Amino acid sequence: MPSLGADMDAGRLLEWYVKPGDAVKRGDIVALVDTDKAAIEVEIFEDGVVGELLVPPGEQVPVGTPLATILPPGTVAEAAAPVAGEEKAAAAEVGAAEVGAAEVGAAEVGAPAVTPAVAPAAAPAPQPAAPAVAAVASRQHAPATPAARNHARALGIDLDELKGSGKHGVITCQDVDAAARAAEVAVAAVTPAATPEVAAAVAPGAAEAEAAPAGQRAVPAERPPVPAAAEPAAAPEGPPPTVAARPRTHVRASPLARRLAAELGIDLAGVEGSGPGGAVTQEDVRAASHAETAAVAAPAATPAAAPGATVPRAEAGKPEDARYAAMRRAIAAAMSKSKREIPHYYLSLHVDMTRPLAWLEDANLQRAVTERVLPAALILKATALAARDVPDVNGFYLEDGFHPSEAVHLGVGISLRQGGLIAPAIHDADAKDLDTLMADLRDLVKRTRSLQLRSSELSDATMTTTNLGDQGVESVYGIIYPPQVALVGYGRILERPWAENGMLAVRKQMLITLAGDHRASDGHRGGLFLSAIERHLQHPEEL
Amino acid sequence: MKAPITSESEMRELVIDLLSHVAPEADAGAIDPDAGIQDQLDIDSIDFLNFIMAVHEKTGIDVPERDYAKVATLNDCVRYLAAKAA
Repeated sequence: MPSLGADMDAGRLLEWYVKPGDAVKRGDIVALVDTDKAAIEVEIFEDGVVGELLVPPGEQVPVGTPLATILPPGTVAEAAAPVAGEEKAAAAEVGAAEVGAAEVGAAEVGAPAVTPAVAPAAAPAPQPAAPAVAAVASRQHAPATPAARNHARALGIDLDELKGSGKHGVITCQDVDAAARAAEVAVAAVTPAATPEVAAAVAPGAAEAEAAPAGQRAVPAERPPVPAAAEPAAAPEGPPPTVAARPRTHVRASPLARRLAAELGIDLAGVEGSGPGGAVTQEDVRAASHAETAAVAAPAATPAAAPGATVPRAEAGKPEDARYAAMRRAIAAAMSKSKREIPHYYLSLHVDMTRPLAWLEDANLQRAVTERVLPAALILKATALAARDVPDVNGFYLEDGFHPSEAVHLGVGISLRQGGLIAPAIHDADAKDLDTLMADLRDLVKRTRSLQLRSSELSDATMTTTNLGDQGVESVYGIIYPPQVALVGYGRILERPWAENGMLAVRKQMLITLAGDHRASDGHRGGLFLSAIERHLQHPEEL
Repeated sequence: MKAPITSESEMRELVIDLLSHVAPEADAGAIDPDAGIQDQLDIDSIDFLNFIMAVHEKTGIDVPERDYAKVATLNDCVRYLAAKAA
């Protein structure tokens, strides 16, 4: 489970896009993970073949937990059906950049299961060759498939109390499901969240690994894990076979639709998709929900439109409320940390935008509507170039001090209409031309608003920007997103009197601000950075 | 109460549909037709450009930047586009 921001300590696996035996290459999107903020597409960090999926959809696991094993490229897909007594290749994990992991085990055939361990490592293991044997926790548990173990953890079932029906008495997912159903009957309406003890017991890797990052701990599921509980029931055919051999039925659906379905208790498999390739959309889920509730309840009335106000579609319960509350908590955690730890300093500079905007207007007249460039692209490019000029504001402040970044990955604060904020990164913004930057920006805004982001976009911004000009705000003094060291704010572009060379004129002006980390830079360097932005903006043809 | 199909009513339907795609969380059909679209739907300059691009894609009409003020409300926008389409 990759860390997708300073504010994240756990994530819920929503869906696998790969299955054991699939060949993957670096950058492929292999899974969908739900954080407090959004559903994020997780990219894989190396080439290889998917070994085993360790975390079933619906389960929430701490940051650093191995999600799957990956075997060296060219490996035959034997991992999909483990052979008796065979030891699986040691594996580098998917997703968690900071944590190397190895997993050994032939649980399927009855050897005592070895729980995946989390071994802290400075860098992602480049080769899945050296098994971190020392870090492997060898616990004597009831024999169970790893998937069943994970499943049990999600449902809060104690494996030691189960009798396995698999080969050699191994506990399978089916057994866990049966136990879960029995437990539900006995204790009606109890949230199937794991108790802290159980969570700790089945996640020894996180608990026992030495020098595990502070954020890495067993986290009991706080919210009712609807997807986890509903997942077995959602399987369309017959009793589910053991997970290792189980062909995952893949229902195409947008992340938003998926979340909505989980929140509304709608089975995606039963919803007909109207989206591209038959994908289930948010509207389909809503329609399905309405169809289900129509018989018992009058449709929720659309709130009367208040002129000048946003008109929310607050139908079908309030699934966005829970999402919004979680996002507020995430923002609260990150921003509180920032204000606790980062000694901010603040600078501002009025920039004359007359020339760059005139240049842009001319340029846009030559362009097709589809290639139009907004001032935002111009401003981002100038900022990225300035970050290259003054590297003191671009990078990360870690325990051992400031690490300037060679690359300029510009985080762009994007507000969500349903509330909240996400700041994904435009990679290498300094090296992209305006057309590319504009296309990237449009794509990023679109995917952020539909909550379809990729893991790298959330984890590696080297500096963040925020533009509140569209809201009419004249200046914004931001709070730095740790571990970054600067936040650049742009206000509204306004016509203002401007004195120059003893003359007064009306010019288009924008107030650019910098919130800088005084541990990493001083006001002088911050000032140079703002001046550099201004300088680059005055030469738009070079951007 | 459905009005007979004229090009303007079709255009209105199209505009609302396109706005709904740009701002799926908001109810574009419920906005005040004489107040600013951007404020009501809380859409920023990028969303608005996406809307203008969608209009171009569906109708072939290119709304230049200098005409943005003429398409700021739903009623103005529909009138502007219907006139251009005619």
